[in-house]
Amino acid sequence: MLLGLEAATVRFGGRAVLDGVDLEVGEHEVVCVLGPSGSGKSTLLRAVAGLQPLDSGRVLLDGRDQTGRPAHKRELGLMFQDHQLFPQRDVGGNVAFGLRMHGASRKEQQERVRELLDLVGLPGAARRAVAALSGGEQQRVALARALAPRPRLLMLDEPLGQLDRSLRERLVVELRELFGRLGTTVLAVTHDQGEAFGLADRVVVMRDGRIAQSGTPLEVWQRPADAFVARFLGFENVVEANVTGEVAVTPWGKVPVPEGSPQGPRTLLVRPAGVRLVPADEGLRCTVAARTFKGTHVAVHLQPEGAPRLEAACALRDAPEAGDTVGATFDVAETAVLA
Amino acid sequence: MALPVAFLGLFFAYPVAAIVTRGLKVDGRWQFGRVADVLGQSDIRHVLWFTTWQAVVSTVLTLVVALPGAYVFARLDFPGKQVLRAVVTVPFVLPTVVVGSAFLALVGRGGLLDELWGVRLDTTVWAILLAHVFFNYAVVVRTVGGLWAQLDPRQEEAARMLGASRLRAWRTVTLPALGPAVAAAALMVFLFTFTSFGVVQILGGPTFSTLEVEIYRQTSEIFDLSTAAVLTIVQFLAVGAILVVHAWTVRRRETALRLVDAGLTARRPRGAGQWALLAGVLASIALLLVLPLAVLVQRSLDAPDFAYYRALTGDDGHVFLVPPIEAIGNSLEYAVVATAIAVVIGGLAAAALTRPDAGRLVRGFDALLMLPLGVSAVTVGFGFLITLDEPPLDLRASWILVPLAQALVGVPFVVRTMLPVLRAVDQRLREAAAVLGASPWRVWREVDLPMVRRALLVAAGFAFAVSLGEFGATVFVARPDRPTLPVAVARLLGRAGELNYGQAMALSTILMLVCAVALLVLERLRTDRTGEF
Repeated sequence: MLLGLEAATVRFGGRAVLDGVDLEVGEHEVVCVLGPSGSGKSTLLRAVAGLQPLDSGRVLLDGRDQTGRPAHKRELGLMFQDHQLFPQRDVGGNVAFGLRMHGASRKEQQERVRELLDLVGLPGAARRAVAALSGGEQQRVALARALAPRPRLLMLDEPLGQLDRSLRERLVVELRELFGRLGTTVLAVTHDQGEAFGLADRVVVMRDGRIAQSGTPLEVWQRPADAFVARFLGFENVVEANVTGEVAVTPWGKVPVPEGSPQGPRTLLVRPAGVRLVPADEGLRCTVAARTFKGTHVAVHLQPEGAPRLEAACALRDAPEAGDTVGATFDVAETAVLA
Repeated sequence: MALPVAFLGLFFAYPVAAIVTRGLKVDGRWQFGRVADVLGQSDIRHVLWFTTWQAVVSTVLTLVVALPGAYVFARLDFPGKQVLRAVVTVPFVLPTVVVGSAFLALVGRGGLLDELWGVRLDTTVWAILLAHVFFNYAVVVRTVGGLWAQLDPRQEEAARMLGASRLRAWRTVTLPALGPAVAAAALMVFLFTFTSFGVVQILGGPTFSTLEVEIYRQTSEIFDLSTAAVLTIVQFLAVGAILVVHAWTVRRRETALRLVDAGLTARRPRGAGQWALLAGVLASIALLLVLPLAVLVQRSLDAPDFAYYRALTGDDGHVFLVPPIEAIGNSLEYAVVATAIAVVIGGLAAAALTRPDAGRLVRGFDALLMLPLGVSAVTVGFGFLITLDEPPLDLRASWILVPLAQALVGVPFVVRTMLPVLRAVDQRLREAAAVLGASPWRVWREVDLPMVRRALLVAAGFAFAVSLGEFGATVFVARPDRPTLPVAVARLLGRAGELNYGQAMALSTILMLVCAVALLVLERLRTDRTGEF
């Protein structure tokens, strides 16, 4: 294991911001820590970087305890949320900074700067002023600066946070390709699930300083560990249910669940695609409260009588109007009983 | 942190404590009864009353005159603004002695007003008040105007869009944002006028005396140390209270205001109102700030063939042991050394105060560092004499005493100039450098230093100008054969005769020019975030 955290704990005041976190990141692995703001994910990065001392627990790099080792001796890369480029240096000066700190010769610096600016798609930008860069360009410079000293582990704090959507989606693909090509080990934190699922080999969901779930993007998406993770991923149809055999009893009536689901009082997730709209007398009777256009489909918000709202995804041409009365049935392939 | 604490402890707290002890301890017993005795005297009570009264009136007058100026400098754009900004700052760094003599030349016996209309103000309180306005105009313009220029005009526009009239928008949005800055400026002015020495000493005559002047009189003329000690304590407590309030308002000012680039908020004046305001401000600057200095220069030239200036090089053997002209060299040498000391001590203190792990205790030191500005310089000077005269620190005969005393006054300026700039350096920028492999020392050199280099120069310039003009403490510790410029001016003014008066004016002019040159150099270096002065 390249990076290991053992019961890492950080307290601010009386509150544990990191609460006994265990985490391992292997060589060449890209791990994304996903969580709402205040879940402790930035503190996790700062603790690994050596910018935030642990109150208890350990950080291990290559199996060696890093306690008491200052940030500048850990040979890690950290890309800050708002880049933190040095304003009084030009692009080249920023990228070369880490090399200079490690005593690289002027010639080495120049070559590496050119190499990295080519890599991040800013060839020939070395003499440009940092203030004159657009958000996306700053982003690339920050990445080049972090990569330049060849860190053992590259950490990214909300790497694409402030960019607009289309640029963000493009950069996720670029970064994914780049890390694959360079074999970089990456630990990123973000609150954006699209970013996390797009970048990571493995996603770690954090809540209140603890790890709520860890797994491949597909695992996490298909089977969220609990109601919190499911809601954080954007799923609305989460209710308390009592599971017996392949049927769950819920406020929405009886809902079919997959074979081998855990039994007894549980939390049930129905993905929007698993809510089928049928004529009003054939299923759970609901009123259409609102519909929102999502590009590929329409999200229909249903209000059953005396039960929580349901979200259904349906094709544009099938979508009912707000105020219509419809029936809802459930597709077993899109339901999941959470732990 | 250790060095600034040791410096202030040894050269500030120790002398002040020593002089207080000497005053209150008779035959090894504390005489606290003296406090009541002294405060019970009617003339002392009168001094206390006058000190407070004149400080309040001076502060109000300064605000009334200078607030329109703050607006004009912040929000209006006009040719020559840069130069004018330097001009209004000149008085602030002028030695109090020069300010005193300038007003003497304007409103005193044989002064300009006396010649023109037979009006003399030097025996009235007006001379003191006007000199205080003259002196502190820049404090208000810089503190309030500096913030005003950076307030986002869109805040006011948002209020206008919500239906507020122009005046209402100003009153409900801009005024509350400016409030803490106005309060901080007012407290600074109050502090400076409360402890005013040189100005009152020269213009006050025998009738008007502030605490500081009274302390000087009690120590050096009447040799009543216990009365002086009581007065020192009273002043110390008052100044401490003012500084606590000031620190509080400054902290409020630093909270959550959206600031924008000052260059973007200034507009050319529009409409009769703004033109009239601009004209009014320019006229008040001309009358209050420029005229006294012009008269000073004119008086110094008021003899054929630069006679007063030539007399400065002569060795008449009466007033000094050396030709007065040598005071220039002395002053410059002392000021350079004092500046070096002040920059090192103040810079270290500011760096320590902005460390992220600085605790409450250290942040409290912030206000403490301002104390030398307010505590009687006379006390410090006299304290130097009685404490630093025995081994291991026998400095009484050493030239270093003068720069040490001057550096004490310079340190607060360095700290105040450096603090906002250092605080504005994003901590994460330092962290970014550390993660890239920079050791703490490297981080300071690569991140902090490039950003504060200009501020450091500005701070040095202020320390230099302030050291050059320091009078209250220097007058005690300067050796008779090595007077500084302000000491020489005061001594020349203290003697009768046309020639002495003319020489004082000539020396004051020279001193003013040196300060003005230092300041103009600074104005070129000025950044938008160079603190409060």
